[in-house]
Amino acid sequence: MTHNLTEKLVISGLRFATYAIVIVIGYILFDIIWHGLPVLDWRFLTEMPRRGGAEGGIFPAIVGTIYLIAGTIIIALPFGVGSAIYLSEYASRNRLTETIRLAIITLAGVPSIVFGLFGLGLFVLYFNFGPSILAGSITLACMVLPTIIVTSEEALRAVPKSFREGSLALGTTKWQAIRTNVLPYSFGGIITGAILGIGRAAGETAPILLTVAAFFLPRLPKSIFDQVMALPYHLYILATQHPDTSKVLPLQYGTALVLLILVLGLSLGAIITRSHFRRKYRW
Amino acid sequence: MVGQEFSNNRAIEVNSLNFYYGDSQALFDINIAIPRKMVTALIGPSGCGKSTFLRTLNRMNDIIDDVRLDGRIMVDGDDIYDSKMNIVTLRKKVGMVFQKSNPFPKSIFDNVAYGPRIHGTKSNSQLAEIVEKSLERSGLWEEVKDRLDDSALGLSGGQQQRLCIARALAVQPEILLMDEPASALDPRSTTKVEDLIGELKKDYTIIIVTHNMQQAARDSDHTAFFYEGRLVEYDETSNLFTNPKEKQTEDYITGRFG
Repeated sequence: MTHNLTEKLVISGLRFATYAIVIVIGYILFDIIWHGLPVLDWRFLTEMPRRGGAEGGIFPAIVGTIYLIAGTIIIALPFGVGSAIYLSEYASRNRLTETIRLAIITLAGVPSIVFGLFGLGLFVLYFNFGPSILAGSITLACMVLPTIIVTSEEALRAVPKSFREGSLALGTTKWQAIRTNVLPYSFGGIITGAILGIGRAAGETAPILLTVAAFFLPRLPKSIFDQVMALPYHLYILATQHPDTSKVLPLQYGTALVLLILVLGLSLGAIITRSHFRRKYRW
Repeated sequence: MVGQEFSNNRAIEVNSLNFYYGDSQALFDINIAIPRKMVTALIGPSGCGKSTFLRTLNRMNDIIDDVRLDGRIMVDGDDIYDSKMNIVTLRKKVGMVFQKSNPFPKSIFDNVAYGPRIHGTKSNSQLAEIVEKSLERSGLWEEVKDRLDDSALGLSGGQQQRLCIARALAVQPEILLMDEPASALDPRSTTKVEDLIGELKKDYTIIIVTHNMQQAARDSDHTAFFYEGRLVEYDETSNLFTNPKEKQTEDYITGRFG
C-alpha cells in the first residue's frame, strides 16, 4: 500500500514537472502570438521604421538578422565542420587533442556578452572592420563554433568504423574514404547541429550589441562593412530604451513574434533535414 | 618449411617480421612465403596474432595509432613497407574481406562500383560490365540482377558477405585477404562462401584467417598455425593436419586447447 502510494506520488511529481514546463512555454508562446499577430501585417514586415521605431515596420531589422544568419553560416560552417573532421578522423587521441576538445567545450559555456566584447576588441577595433555585418557575423560564428564542432564530431563518429576500413581496403585515400563513405552519412547530423546552433545565435543580443547592431537605421546595408538593425536588439531597444515603452508595446510583440517565427523556422528546417537523411541513410 | 615446389612462384614473402602495439609485441620473427593462386589458411587460438598478421599484408594496421613493425614483407617483389610504396596501389592489388560483412549503405550496384569509380572508371557501360562480372564471380549475380538499385542492406548476411567479396574483386586485386569471412554466417551461407573460395583460387592468391578447423582442412592448400604471436608450423594442409610436427599444433588441431 505504501509502495503504491510512493509510486503514485513520484509519478505525479514527475508529471507535474513536465506539465509545468509545457504550461510556461505554452503561455509565453500564446502571449506573444496573441498580442503579436494583430500587429503582423505586410506593411509591418516590409516598411522602414519611422520616428525612432515608434511607428512603421521592422523591415531593416528582419533583413539585418537574415544577413547575420547567412554570414554566420558562411563563416562557421567550413571552420566548424573542418575542425570536426580533423579532430574525429585525422588527429590522434593524445593530451593535446583532448585539451583542444576541452577548450571547445569550455568555449560553449562562455557568456555571450564576453563574445560581444571579444568581437568589439578584435574585429571592430583591432582589425578595424568597424561595427559591421562582417564583425558581427564573425563574432556570432565564434559563438556557435563549439556547437557545430561538437555535433559534427558526434555525427562523424556515429558512422561505423567498418565503412572507413571498407573504403581504405579498396585502395582509397583517407580523404576519399571520408568524402564518399563518411560525410554523406553524417551530413544530416552536421546540418542539424549547425542549424540549431545558428538558430540560437540568431536570437542573441549581446554579441551583436557591440559589433554590428544599429539603434535606428531605416535603410538597408550596402556592403558587409555596414551596420544593420537586428531583431533581438531592436526588441531590446523597444522594450527598454524607448522613451515611451508602453506605447510601442504592440510593436514589441510583433517583433518578438517575427523573431520567434524565424528561429522556430530554422529549428523546423533542422528537424526536416534530419528526418530526411535518417530515411535516406540507415544502417 | 615447405616451399621448394613454389619457390619461384611466391606471391608474398615475409622475413623476420616483428609487430608491436605500443609496448606489447604481437608478432615475433615471422618468416613465411605464400604461394601464388593457392589458398593459405591462418589458424590459431584467439589473440595468437593471425589477424594482425593478415592486416600487415595490406597495411591495414597503419590506421591504428601507435603501432610499429620491423622486418620485411615483399608482395610481388616489392617491399610494401618501403617509403616509396604507394599504399593505394598496394591495397588495390591486395584486397580484403572483413569478418563482419560491411556493405555500404548504398545500392548493390554502387557498392560494387565503389572501387572502380574511385579509381577513375567513369563510363556507365564499363561500370555495369565490371559490376556484372564481379557479382558473377562471387555467385551473387543471379540473385540480385533484378534489383541492383536496391539497398545492399536489404540482402541476407550471406549475400552481404558475397557482395563484399564482389566489391573487393571489382578493383581487380591479385591477392585476397579474408578475415574469418564465414564466422558470422549460417551453415548454408558458409558453404556458399567456401565453394566460392575454391572457385576464386584459380585466379587469386587467397589468405584466409579462420577459427574453423574443418574449414581450414577443407578449403586450403597450405596452413599456417600461429600461437602467441609466433608462427609455429607451416605446411601443406594435408600434412599439417595428418602429421603435425609440433606438439602445440597437434594439441590445437585435435582440440586440446584454443
